[in-house]
Amino acid sequence: MKVGLFVPCYIDQFYPRVAVATVELLERLNCEVIFPLNQTCCGQPMANSGFAGLAKGCNKNFVENFSNFDYVVSPSGSCVLHIKEHLTDENEDAALHIRRHVFELTEFLLDVLKVEKLPSNFPHKVGVHVGCHGQRGLHVCSMSELVASPFSKPEKLLSMVKNLQMMLPERWDECCGFGGTFSVFEEAVSVKMGKDRIREHKENQVEYITSTDVSCLMHLEGILRRKKSDIRVIHIAEILNAI
Amino acid sequence: MEHNKRNHSALSAIFNEDEKRVDWHDETLWFVRSKRDRAVHNVPEWEQLREYGSEIKNHTLSNLDQYLIEFEKKARSNGIHIHWAEDAKEHNEIISEIIRNNQVKHVVKSKSMLTEECDLNSYLTSQGIEVIDTDLGEYIVQLRKEHPSHIVLPAIHLKREDVSNTFHSHLHTEKGNNNPQYLAEAARQHMRRKFIFSELAITGVNFAVAETGGFVVCTNEGNADMGAHAAGIHIACMGIEKIIPKAEHLGVFLRLLTRSATGQPITVYSSHFHKPRNGQQMHVVIVDNGRTRQLGRPDFRNSLKCIRCGACFNTCPVYRRSGGHSYHSAVAGPIGAILNPNINMQENADLPFASTLCGSCSNVCPVKIDIHDQLWKWRQALTKKGHVSSGKRLGMKMMSFVVSYPSIYRVAGRTGRWIMRYFPSLLANKTINSWYKQREMPVPPRQSFRTWYFKNKK
Ligand code: SF4
Repeated sequence: MKVGLFVPCYIDQFYPRVAVATVELLERLNCEVIFPLNQTCCGQPMANSGFAGLAKGCNKNFVENFSNFDYVVSPSGSCVLHIKEHLTDENEDAALHIRRHVFELTEFLLDVLKVEKLPSNFPHKVGVHVGCHGQRGLHVCSMSELVASPFSKPEKLLSMVKNLQMMLPERWDECCGFGGTFSVFEEAVSVKMGKDRIREHKENQVEYITSTDVSCLMHLEGILRRKKSDIRVIHIAEILNAI
Repeated sequence: MEHNKRNHSALSAIFNEDEKRVDWHDETLWFVRSKRDRAVHNVPEWEQLREYGSEIKNHTLSNLDQYLIEFEKKARSNGIHIHWAEDAKEHNEIISEIIRNNQVKHVVKSKSMLTEECDLNSYLTSQGIEVIDTDLGEYIVQLRKEHPSHIVLPAIHLKREDVSNTFHSHLHTEKGNNNPQYLAEAARQHMRRKFIFSELAITGVNFAVAETGGFVVCTNEGNADMGAHAAGIHIACMGIEKIIPKAEHLGVFLRLLTRSATGQPITVYSSHFHKPRNGQQMHVVIVDNGRTRQLGRPDFRNSLKCIRCGACFNTCPVYRRSGGHSYHSAVAGPIGAILNPNINMQENADLPFASTLCGSCSNVCPVKIDIHDQLWKWRQALTKKGHVSSGKRLGMKMMSFVVSYPSIYRVAGRTGRWIMRYFPSLLANKTINSWYKQREMPVPPRQSFRTWYFKNKK
């Protein structure tokens, strides 16, 4: 199976280890992983700031890079949601094909590869942060607001990892406050939201906070490091890839 | 925009100066959200009920003219006077005319967000007419010359001691007595006199039923009833979207409303008004005030489904940490952020950006308004109309350029990481870099993923 790997810009530059873990994990599960070299961005930062109209060149480039794969996979729920909902291009068929075949990593592992067990081992106490776009947008897990049966793809995968102790905060699906440009234009509320998430994880005495979204983790890590906390952030791909 | 003090970002930064108070505000509202969760999880058919609510409202919005005319006809034949107001000004004028024609001096008002939206109180006060808000929360904010900070819980931003101080200076209660029962009793005694002397009562409307020409007012304190039953004249004010086709639809909406609002199965008083009693005058003022304009915007029309339950406020992590007044509008919170740009784009251009688009609002909304999608769409509409700072526009244009050309993108990424790695101080300026104020920047690694990929996989 030929998988196109989409690596959002901030992962490429600041969190390459997440993309490396994604490649290694998918290859171990017998996928042929290709990183199209001319990829740039999904266009979300512009669109969420009200400039979806400026994303044309970006979209065109995305379609050119990713139209020849069975699946497009990314370790970022937020970017995947954006592509799924908003990718348009003159080449309509190609854009539609991508929108239908783009997957966030945990969905891809469970829904496409049907992973049932993993050799992973991660002997740590880990707090789970649910990224809103993956959850309420892509439905990688159930939502506390809705009257529906509970499920969680990230938790299902984490439960396959040996020696991992999973911890959920009481408000297990409250937003961390990143929100793209919200994090700078609404700095006070954004940071307060992040601090409140961290407080709950700290009360649970976790060593790591994990998530399906690096953007949430980058925001939380920024606050943790400023506070000189020893809690670390780690993307779910890194945990699943740990042996 | 970023420099305008009257914007959400600046006002919420002020609200956040007192972190303990923010925690208290957040927890108080989260408590209401949790009560809502418990209530709705006790109704197995909850999601179906939301779907019914949504569909009834969609249908009604598509046939609004017809149902409004039907309502008017029925209500008139029941002896109710119907008035139509195109905007807030007309609404206020109609009410003040009724007051003048009847030579009324004392008016009591129960909670109505529409009269807040139209700023009726200041209008009447400027005409020398005394209006007393009889909902306890509204009464408190009225004494403090503030506006409600929440559509269901108007004084939720105030602590007991704030109320105690306010009552001490206005009602001469004991200083420092924060006992809620004592304070409520003091308000009750004061208000009772107002009820007895009032000649005219103004109420809102939760649901107006086309089929019967009647309307329903929901309160927990019974103050709407007390007002309407004691005074000789009852004026009920409603937006055009309050209409529902049939009485049986109340079976859906009354179940949805209070569970969503406070977690109660139903409001303490759900009062049905059908006609004036002997000797009483009953008026209904039906108000547009921009609603038909919203109805004409395909992306935003279904915001008119709103039944004003306030659930989207209670669940919103941003609202809970920024307080209602930071939305500088009668209706705050997520729903306010999609309604207010319709009323005034320029002044409310900041509100659709006061969100992380987490989507929790759309999930709790009992009539399934796609609130967070509309926030996103308002962002597009506002920037298109030019309601955005030139700095932000330029930044986005630059970004658009960089991400359209892979080779430029690669250079930009490398340069950015290189600068951050070797000259972190360039970015570590708290005044120009609001990320850095309370957060560290990510540590740039030695090599990007792209470089790793070249070395290991190509
Ligand atoms: S938008 Fe929905 S949740 Fe918000 S107040 Fe209106 S009905 Fe309630």
